[in-house]
Order: sequence, then C-alpha cells, then structure tokens
Amino acid sequence: MRRELIKFALFAAVALAVPATIKGGYLLNVLVFVGINTMLAVALNLLLGFAGQISLGQAAFYGLGAYLSGILTTTYGWNPWTAMAVAAMAVGLLAFVIGFPILKLKGHYLAMATLGFGIIIYIVLNEYVDVTGGPSGFSGVPGLGIGNLHFDSDLKSYYLVWTMALLVMLLAVNLTQSRIGRALRAIHDSEVAARVLGVNARLLKVQVFTCSAVISCLAGSLYAHTVTFISPSTFGFHFSVELLTMVIIGGLGSIYGSCLGAALLTLLPEFLRTFQDYDIVVYGLLLIVMTMFLPGGLVQGFEMLWAGIRRLWPGRAGQDA
Amino acid sequence: MDFSQQLSQYLLSGLATGAIYALIGLGFAIIYNSTGIINFAQGEFVMLGGMFGVYFYTIHQLPLVAALVLAVLCAAASGVMFERLAIRPLRRATPLGLVIITIGGSILVRGIAMLVWGKDTHALPTFSGDEPIALAGATLLPQHLWIFALTVLLIVVNKLFFQYTITGKALRACAVNQRAAGLVGIDVRRMVMFSFLLASGMGALAGIIVAPLTMTSYDVGIMLGLKGFCAAIIGGMSNGIGTVLGGLLLGVLEALGAGLISSGYKDAVTFVILLLILFLRPQGLFSSGESERV
Repeated sequence: MRRELIKFALFAAVALAVPATIKGGYLLNVLVFVGINTMLAVALNLLLGFAGQISLGQAAFYGLGAYLSGILTTTYGWNPWTAMAVAAMAVGLLAFVIGFPILKLKGHYLAMATLGFGIIIYIVLNEYVDVTGGPSGFSGVPGLGIGNLHFDSDLKSYYLVWTMALLVMLLAVNLTQSRIGRALRAIHDSEVAARVLGVNARLLKVQVFTCSAVISCLAGSLYAHTVTFISPSTFGFHFSVELLTMVIIGGLGSIYGSCLGAALLTLLPEFLRTFQDYDIVVYGLLLIVMTMFLPGGLVQGFEMLWAGIRRLWPGRAGQDA
Repeated sequence: MDFSQQLSQYLLSGLATGAIYALIGLGFAIIYNSTGIINFAQGEFVMLGGMFGVYFYTIHQLPLVAALVLAVLCAAASGVMFERLAIRPLRRATPLGLVIITIGGSILVRGIAMLVWGKDTHALPTFSGDEPIALAGATLLPQHLWIFALTVLLIVVNKLFFQYTITGKALRACAVNQRAAGLVGIDVRRMVMFSFLLASGMGALAGIIVAPLTMTSYDVGIMLGLKGFCAAIIGGMSNGIGTVLGGLLLGVLEALGAGLISSGYKDAVTFVILLLILFLRPQGLFSSGESERV
C-alpha cells in the first residue's frame, strides 16, 4: 500500500506540475479534457477491469451529469456546486436501482442491456426538447467558482479538473488495495467461488456500478461547466465505445493505464487532423488488435518490454535475483 | 381516416418492419446457437447488404437481380472474413473478450464503409414500382409485399435447411454440444464459419429489401442490429418461429408507439422492451423451460 501511495504521489506531482511547462493555451485546454476523460476511463475500469462487468452505457451517466448540472443551474438558477451534488446523488440512486436487475445479467446480455439503457437516455436527451434543447443543444451553462475565484481560464480549469481526477484516481488506488478490491477481483475470476467465500457478489457489483456512475456523472457536471455548451451527440453510443477503447488500450485493471488511454485518445485527434475521418476505423482496429495480442493493454506491454530490456543485462538481472 | 383504418395501417407497416427485424434476429440466433457468441457486428452486415446493393445497382448499373445476388454474396463473404480474421484467432476466448472483439469489428466495418462510400444517404429503387395498393383500409407499397414474400420464403428455406440437410443437422448438433458434435466427426470450426456465412447473408438480404423504403447509409447497422437482437431475445434465441414472432411483435409495437405516442420515441420503445425482457424473461417470451441464458 505504501508503495502504491508513493507511486500516486509522484504521479500527482507530475500532473500538477505540467501547466508550468506548457506555454500554449490550446494544449492546456486539451489537457483539461484529458482530465475529464481520465475520470470517465477510471470509472469504467473499476467496473470492467476489476469487477469484470462490462458497461456500454457509461456515456449516459456522463450525459445525465452534464444535463442535470446544466438545467439546474441555467433554467432553475441553482448554485453549481449544489446542482453537481444533487445530480450525483440522483444518478447514484438511478444506477443503484437499475443496477440490481442489470447486473444480474452477464457477458453479452449485460453489454446489450447497458447499451440499451444508454440509447434510451440518448433518445430522451434528443427528444425532450422543452427541457434539454433537443439535438441543437443547451447553451449558457455558468462556470464554476469558489467565492471570488472563478474557474474561467484554461489554467484554473486544469487545476479544478485535475484535482477531481486525482481524487478519483486516489479513490480507485485505495479501493483496489483494500478488502473490497480483492473481493472485486475474486468476482472477476469466478463469481461462484467469490460467493462461496462469503463475498456478497450481487451487492458489491451494484455498488461498484453505482460508484462508477457517480464518477461519470461528476465528470459530466465538470464538462458542462467547463465547456458551457452541451449537446446530445457528445453522449452517444460512440462515446461509450471510445471510453471502452481508452480502458482497453491502457490496460484492464490498471488505473494509470486508464489515464494513459484517456490521454492518447484525447490528444491523438488534436494533433492528427486527418485522424478525425478515420477515428472509428482506428478504434475498431485497436479494440480487436489489443484484445487479441495484448489483453493487458499498453501498461502490460511496457512491463514486458522492461522485463525484456533487463534480461539484456545479465549482471543486473543477477543482482536482482 | 378513422381510427380503425389508422390502426390497420400501423399494423401492416409494423408487420413489414417486423419481418426485417425477424430476419436480422435469425442471424443473431444462428450464430449464438452454434458458437455462444452474440455477434455485435450483425447489424453491420445488414448495412453492408444495402450498401453493396446500392454500389452494384447505382454505380455499376447492373440489373437489379444481379446487383442483389452480388450484394448478398459480398456481404456473406465479409461475414466469413470477419469470422476468420477476428473470431477464430482468439484462443481461450472469454465472453468479455468476444464482446469487445465483435464491437471492435462492428465499428471497423462501419468505418470502412464510411471511408469507401462516404456519409451520404442512398436509396435503392423499389423492386416493382411505387403504385400503392389498398388493403383493409390501409395502403401498402409493392415493396411491402416483396418484404413479406421474401421473408416467408427465407424462413421456410431456413427451416427446411436446418431440418433436412446434413449441414443443417450438423449445425444443430453444434448448438446442442460442440464437443460431442466434434466427436461424431462434425468439423465444428467449419460449422462456425458456416453460421457466420448464413447469418451475414440473411442480414444482408434484410438490408437490401428494406433499403428502398428507409434508405441506407453507413450508420444504419447499429439500430437495425439492436432491433434484430431484441427480436431474437423476445424469441428466446431460437432459430425458428420464436424469433420470427418476436420480430413481428416488435415491429407492430414500434409502429403503434410511433403512431399513437410520438415518432421521436419510436426507437425508445424497442429498448424499453429489450430491457424488460432481459430483466423479467431472459429466456424469451415463448419458452417455458428454465434455460441458462443469463
């Protein structure tokens, strides 16, 4: 555990020091989205990588967070922080309630059910025009602030988003090192065996699902307040698949891997303009190739590479042994 | 138009779309029964059918029948290629891995279709004119009749194939128990490939016959695929009459939902039904036996 905390502290220090090394405002702006996507990818990874339960409806929770925050603050004039908390609670409750019937399903059926749920929410966001503004979107969401501090520049947004993202990562690291984390991995390997050993698998799965939904919802609220304009197309099935790709690229069950996956898939389209036309082809190929050849993701790939390099120096390897 | 006329109109057009869902659903069931895989890419082969149809008919100016046959063959070949390149190499496949691979395959096929044919919406001409036919107070297009006729034909052929041919029987044996099927000398891997061939061919045909009514573009596969899956799930994943009834039921409910509630929420009807069935009767509406589907 101590080693994990040191690793996390190092990572956090680097993440918080990054803005000092960047001059361009545009890159900083992109990094804000890396932070938001990191939250979402870690949330999905908790569910997929640790508990072994797939969800293709993550974008729905993200969208609900964004829209609840947007509507409560803009249409009803609520304080953004209150709105964020209420949205998180509402989405948590929703996830908890649908979690029981949904997580009774496994594998393909679970994927289909979460996908169906995601599409229902997407349709509602599109069709409930009076409240959500429909396909043309919802604008004028106010920014966040504490007292006199308004998160109105890219730098301030960066710190806001990354503080949240780091908190989420810390929570995830902590969770995986705990008894609950071990219980989740047990469910991943064999739900029956976990049950026999006294793990309340059903409740635990629903709890992780809820936790993952709440984190996604918070990310949605942050997105709405940072961008100030939201439209349903951001929260469709395509984005759920993108999140899945982030987690698979980074490595199932690796928190830092999710951050890496989020960073790659967010930065790549920004620097390869032509990438935009090919994005779904690339995602499709990545999903297939990674699952086939590197199921542990890039993080596992690095570990294998590192082990290979160490083997090249027999002297050092001998010392270690 | 009075209410009963309206109702019969919804019913008829619902049955026609339902027939399409049934064909797609049968594809899901065929693959599921021989491999235990839910093929998330199934909808993309429906799209490929329609798009290949447009490609051969509009761009290469082939006669309609030739274009249709070629389109079905090409889509079926893509299905086989997908199985060879993405499914078969996967050793020690976990359900999670298969879900991810088939999703990856599905967006890959969609992406390639987008790159090759662009993002435009295309239409195929109707097979025999646009002269509406009045029936029981409702109007039908000749294309609707084509859909009914081809669906019935395909279902009958499918039934005969599974019941009486040696390959059909071998496929059924694989569905019961792959290992035992292997032990009596059935080439299971070939049967798996064959089931992909059948499923993508049937899906493609569905995609072609519906294209004159609803238009087609690179991204129609996902919705059609999900609705086909819903039909199969209502039918309890049987590759027979259950799925056909499931598709028809779904088509009618959707048409009624669109007509009586709101056309915007038409697709939501399907997914609410899908969730309800998965939650309450994952074994399907028509089967009574408790089967291990969840």
